[in-house]
Amino acid sequence: MRVAFKIALRFLSSNKAQTIMIALGIAIGISVQFFIGSLISGLQRSLISVTIGNAAQITIVSNSDDRLINNYERLLNAASQIEPRLTAVSPVMDQPGLVIVDERSNSILVRGFDFNRAEKIYEFRERLVEGVLPKGSSQALIGIDLAEELNLELNDTIEVTVLGDIKDTFRISGIFDLEVQNINKTWFLIDLRAAQDLFMLENVVTSIEMQVDQDVAFEADIIADSLQPILLDPDLELVNWKEQNASLLSGLNGQSISSLMIQFFVVISVVLGIASVLAISVLQKSKQIGILKAMGIKSSHSRYIFLFQGLILGFIGGILGIAFGLGLAYSFTVFARQPDGSPVVELFIDPDFLILSFALAVVSSTVAALIPAGKSARLDPIEVIRNA
Amino acid sequence: MLKFNNNVATTNTKLSEKNIEGYSNNDVISLQKVSKVYKGSVMTQVLFDIDLNFKRSTFNSIIGQSGSGKSTLMNIMGTLDRPTSGSIAINGQRTDHMNANQLAVLRNETIGFIFQFHYLLPEFTALENVLMPYLIKHGSVESKMRSKAIELMDMVGLSSVRNNLATRMSGGQQQRTAIARALIMNPAIVLADEPTGNLDSETAENIYMIMRDINKRLGNTFIIITHDRHIAEKTDRIIEIRDGRINLELDRKG
Repeated sequence: MRVAFKIALRFLSSNKAQTIMIALGIAIGISVQFFIGSLISGLQRSLISVTIGNAAQITIVSNSDDRLINNYERLLNAASQIEPRLTAVSPVMDQPGLVIVDERSNSILVRGFDFNRAEKIYEFRERLVEGVLPKGSSQALIGIDLAEELNLELNDTIEVTVLGDIKDTFRISGIFDLEVQNINKTWFLIDLRAAQDLFMLENVVTSIEMQVDQDVAFEADIIADSLQPILLDPDLELVNWKEQNASLLSGLNGQSISSLMIQFFVVISVVLGIASVLAISVLQKSKQIGILKAMGIKSSHSRYIFLFQGLILGFIGGILGIAFGLGLAYSFTVFARQPDGSPVVELFIDPDFLILSFALAVVSSTVAALIPAGKSARLDPIEVIRNA
Repeated sequence: MLKFNNNVATTNTKLSEKNIEGYSNNDVISLQKVSKVYKGSVMTQVLFDIDLNFKRSTFNSIIGQSGSGKSTLMNIMGTLDRPTSGSIAINGQRTDHMNANQLAVLRNETIGFIFQFHYLLPEFTALENVLMPYLIKHGSVESKMRSKAIELMDMVGLSSVRNNLATRMSGGQQQRTAIARALIMNPAIVLADEPTGNLDSETAENIYMIMRDINKRLGNTFIIITHDRHIAEKTDRIIEIRDGRINLELDRKG
């Protein structure tokens, strides 16, 4: 083995130009594979986070006639206990309402939140354009579009009409921007208790919203299934974001597959490239292999000479490839920018993927060396000696 | 004086005696009814029932026209080629039942090759080439072995070009490197195929002198294949091959 490694190293170092060319070939292939993989996974991450990052990923709703969930405190505790992958569990009271300002009426969705819990899902504090979260029962948050449409400003007082004729007034404590026009226009956020009082519904909510850990966002359906036993009431139902976003998911899936296809073919072309160069190298070195065999090197060791060459090339190519790939990724985020200066796509560099790409370079190069190595093992020294 | 670490010999003078004791007969190579047929579009028989023995520490030559089968004979004796029928024993060991790896080990430890076209590894220096058979066996070279290689190279007059790449030497220097390489494992047998074939006559004479000297000092059995009668006449035993058969055998030492 050691002699094979030494000879492999010498074969590579004695033909530096060729060695550098192959290593560069591997490096470029691997850098493209790494870059495309990172780009697509970054793209998907930002898409996912835009879609579900600040939204409920699993929701408990009721299918009963009044759509109300009784005894929700028990569900809150049970959910957190049974499923550690939940990062937020938040009870919500949703009811329609109407806001009338200067004879212009807008229909709204009154949402009663326990802000401490809802904050973990919606991150309102970061989404506030101005003001603060509501304190007490007479303050409310409204969206930026609703504020614009009704010409409302911070600390203005507005009257809300619910259930046809119940009116209540709220002071605007803050204005949020959740970056979805429909939400910014209709959501009217008050404290959960204030909502329960407003709608005269004690100790009930209309839904329980939950969010899961970002890393297991795609397992929301499985996590939802694991929560099934805590429901107890047949009218209650769990819905998850994957059911609600089937078309997005199939789009992402298609994207993942095409990204994998590109990566696969890039790696295949790298493998074929190395295999053909090493195959030629076996021919170039057949005289040397013949001499070594005449001097008593075993066929297995003459095989290792080429496997080691593949391994060494893969190692050098892998390191260079990762460096190029990171360089590509960096320049992409620096040069490909939107008018507002933010990157077109936030690249996501996953250390595991980086290691995987490197391993791919080493493994594929070694695999590519298998055929040439077999040739070298089978080479009969007499052919070389006789055809002097 | 060179010291050897394999069991063939401890000192030069004791070498032949010790080996004689070690084996039932005194033959280092023994061929029995060796035939070689090449199967192609036409069947060509190159060797016909050759019976041939070589005694330990002797200095032999095999001569013959090109196409006579002498190179095939050497390749078979060197275990690089297998006979179509018949058997060979090297150093008392039958080779016909050995697999490729066993033959590789046998070649590595027992046979030193000197080819007409030198066959050095161009990627390695002269010294590294000389040490290559040892490296193949042991995987690394300790300093003791390195100094033995340097001694051998001094002996064949290569002190000045020791660290040259194989390609950066004259033909004679390359051939002397090949000789030093053939000797590094202190093999029982040195097989030389036209070792002076493409060298000028002065260099050829020099190479011959070196081999003769080594045979005397280290006691390795030399079998030199040549078409150069001038060289052959200086050996102790001449075997002439003609059309795949032994045509003439001349043992001058008796």
